[in-house]
Amino acid sequence: MRFAVIVFPGSNCDVDMFHAIKDELGEEVEYVWHDSENLDSFDGILLPGGFSYGDYLRSGAIARFSNVMKQVVKAAEAGKPVLGICNGFQILLESGLLPGAMRRNESLQFICQTVQLKVENKNTMFTSQYNQDEVIRIPIAHGEGNYYCDADTLKCLTDNNQIVFTYDNNPNGSVANIAGITNERGNVLGMMPHPERAVDELLGSADGLKLFQSIVKNWREAHVVNA
Amino acid sequence: MFKVKVYVTLRESVLDPQGTAVKSSLHSMNYNEVADVRIGKYMELTIEKTERDIEEVVNELCTRLLANPVIEDYRYEIEESVVQ
Repeated sequence: MRFAVIVFPGSNCDVDMFHAIKDELGEEVEYVWHDSENLDSFDGILLPGGFSYGDYLRSGAIARFSNVMKQVVKAAEAGKPVLGICNGFQILLESGLLPGAMRRNESLQFICQTVQLKVENKNTMFTSQYNQDEVIRIPIAHGEGNYYCDADTLKCLTDNNQIVFTYDNNPNGSVANIAGITNERGNVLGMMPHPERAVDELLGSADGLKLFQSIVKNWREAHVVNA
Repeated sequence: MFKVKVYVTLRESVLDPQGTAVKSSLHSMNYNEVADVRIGKYMELTIEKTERDIEEVVNELCTRLLANPVIEDYRYEIEESVVQ
């Protein structure tokens, strides 16, 4: 499977993501600059964390208008897996690929720690290798991870099983303890925690690896004969 | 040329943690008469005259980029200036 790690000016988790895919997962991966006009040759799109365009105006607001985002929308519409982590999640919200918006953490503090997440929905292409309700340990590092949506949107997310990860001890004030959601179709996942930083016990947790393994397994089953 | 002042604030229904922190700071300074604080953004745009209606342009800029309609409201003031 061939992954693209989209690099915006200000991305800073792109190398972690690349390492997770290449060295821990053993799949093909390439960095793709934000002005790229074509993502057709990639099977999966990864939007890494960081501070795209300095987070000026709002997190993700400027990145959303970069050239490559037209291609990311096209890939999402084609049903390819699109994963946005942290700033990547904020970009997916700003671009409308996922519903809702991010506010500053309730505490107003930047939070950097490993948290416990519950797998709320294991029936997605991103979580099939986890058990339903499994509790996993994944690091977070953000100042604006306080997910917000209105009551109607929350009802839709709940009814369609789009809430994929929730926090055990809500660190940032997110509505309904939300840590990660998918789009309705289930091929776009945005999450604030960093699974790419939890792919080896040396890093304190390897619980993030199953997320990437899920993507690959589901892709192989759909695209490779005798997978 | 137009000088456009744009004010972006969190919608009333959205909790403003920065405003809440500043309010409690003012209270701790004994300004207990401060009932509420909301923090927003102020932007000044200089826009050249176009064939399009200036209000239409400003509304478009605000809804597409300057404000996020999911959590923010905006308002603006337009001043027309004559350039020699």
